[in-house]
Amino acid sequence: MAEITRLIHEYLRHDKKFPHVWCPGCGIGIMLGSLIRAIDKTGYSKDDIVLVSGIGCTGRLPVYVDFNTLHTTHGRALTFATGIKLAKPRLKVIVIMGDGDAVAIGGNHFIHAARRNIDITAIIVNNSVYGMTGGQYSPTTPYGMKSTTTPYSNVEHAFNISELAVTAGAVFVGRGTVFHAKLLDSLMEKAFAKVGFSVVEIISHCHTQFGRLNRMGTAVEMMQWQRDHSVTVEKAAQMKTEELKDKFKIGVLVDRELPAYQDEYEKVRRWAKGTEKR
Amino acid sequence: MKKKVQKKELLLQGNEAVVEGALKAGCNFFAGYPITPATEISEILSVRLPQLDGTFIQMEDEIASLGAVIGASLAGAKAMTATSGPGFSLMQENLGFAVIAEVPCVIVDAMRGGPSTGLPTMPSQGDVMQARWGTHGDHPIIALCPSTIRECYDLTIKAFNYSEKFRIPVVLLIDEVVAHMREKITICEDEDVEIFNRVKPTVPPEWYIPFEDTPKGVPAMANFGDGYRYHVTGLTHDIKGFPTSRPDEIDPFIRRLFRKVSQNFADIQIGEFYQTDDADITIIAYGCVARSARRAAADGRERGLKVGVLKMNTIWPFMRAQVEKVLRTSKVVIVPEMNMGQMSREVKRVNKGDAKVFTINKVDGKIITPQEILSRIKEVY
Repeated sequence: MAEITRLIHEYLRHDKKFPHVWCPGCGIGIMLGSLIRAIDKTGYSKDDIVLVSGIGCTGRLPVYVDFNTLHTTHGRALTFATGIKLAKPRLKVIVIMGDGDAVAIGGNHFIHAARRNIDITAIIVNNSVYGMTGGQYSPTTPYGMKSTTTPYSNVEHAFNISELAVTAGAVFVGRGTVFHAKLLDSLMEKAFAKVGFSVVEIISHCHTQFGRLNRMGTAVEMMQWQRDHSVTVEKAAQMKTEELKDKFKIGVLVDRELPAYQDEYEKVRRWAKGTEKR
Repeated sequence: MKKKVQKKELLLQGNEAVVEGALKAGCNFFAGYPITPATEISEILSVRLPQLDGTFIQMEDEIASLGAVIGASLAGAKAMTATSGPGFSLMQENLGFAVIAEVPCVIVDAMRGGPSTGLPTMPSQGDVMQARWGTHGDHPIIALCPSTIRECYDLTIKAFNYSEKFRIPVVLLIDEVVAHMREKITICEDEDVEIFNRVKPTVPPEWYIPFEDTPKGVPAMANFGDGYRYHVTGLTHDIKGFPTSRPDEIDPFIRRLFRKVSQNFADIQIGEFYQTDDADITIIAYGCVARSARRAAADGRERGLKVGVLKMNTIWPFMRAQVEKVLRTSKVVIVPEMNMGQMSREVKRVNKGDAKVFTINKVDGKIITPQEILSRIKEVY
């Protein structure tokens, strides 16, 4: 059996009626492919993986895959995931969010999950727009771009999700694009292997809304834009600041060691029971 | 040899009794955010839960607190949060999630004066309707209300039992007076307390239908990680848990959510009748006001007035049958409340005219006294 056929049979839900909700050409499909390949490599049983999501196009992902899946309220996926991880630490908890989900309505939960360093992987598909509701601007819509709620041009400045995660305390932060599918595979594998709060930001496109309003062309053209505007971390280190203008870095942005929350809380339990002196 | 009964005599605050009840019920997960007058519950559980291999976590806000509680419950924990009005408002979003996804959990709301920041350290009963209709959409809810420290203990256990039995979030509405007042209670270690745990599926995973429409209305619940992989969503879903927009699947689902509560009124609706059989005047009260009502009734009886009390321990679902009973047998029904008339409106709604219904509404941050109830009785009877 071809590898892809095996993965489809193994991980996509047979009892869920396809087709999915995403537009033809959407980047989420590429991301889903990477996710499945990376999870397959972890060696975890499907019974021990929990996929949690919020609301939006990205939030619809868990329903199609055969894990313990939880589709929560908008922006709150990380809070539910926190409860799951603490109640049953042996479970591998992966959270899938969009940019609005993760850093607008869920921004507070995002920085606090990173600060606590709870052992969860957050995968954020950043397509710079609220796609499902029809193309409104999000916290990652770049300055000067159009959306259905910035019809004259966006005068707000975009969040840099990865830098936010680094500052807030995530122990692993990687950024990729849906153009670089192989890189996505490896970033997710590294994130899943990391104990602590890991983040993978995926630059994607919404040609249906964002691309159309900003005359950025088809899905293919938007992916070519991703190729032309991304620079690997290694290459960026050799480049001058002005050369890096209009470019974003891809690759592993941070990989550091810090004790994860549930291991720290184990200490609290020992202190509470008096089996260890603080 | 006769077994020695372990009796514990404790002088407890309402919030402390809630903690004791929760631990007795098997609570092993708490997520919360500091707020007066519920903070003691967090503080005590932060000491006790890790001693018992449980988990306490202080989240970034009340939205996150209930989110974590629901997540923990899905993974198999018995989970609780505690807050007051402002935090309870923030929880309404995820409360609705717990209703639609049928996740057992307990939410303590120690009521203080409102709206908004209101009166942080003073009591009220202003959240009665927030408990009922605070979250959007048509939904059932169970809300319990203790008036003594012993009831704080017992009703917390019941709250966990109902949430596990009916797969529904249960709100424990305590007011600031009951939360902070101290009374002696006796707890026997070997007390025969019914502890109910969620019914788990016994079928093989491939046969499991997570939201099956059973006669009881409550499907078996598999915990995450138990080998039953299924989908949980806040979207209206079919019996398998997958989102649906088919009217023939939506309607039975919403009706089942209601049915699992409505066909168990006899189990859920708890309260007490005090001398209501011969009463001309019945006081319907709950929370700290029920204490004043008992005293007012006793004082009234001494003065030759036939006064009785219906104490409500279940606030929602509304104790219609019990209220109708006293409306039929009494000439006058008085509903004293520390709000502008949230429960009295329900009482008036079901009154067929046999009794006259009067209210006492106090919203100055003070408890309603027995004297105030007595003078109201004299005024109207």
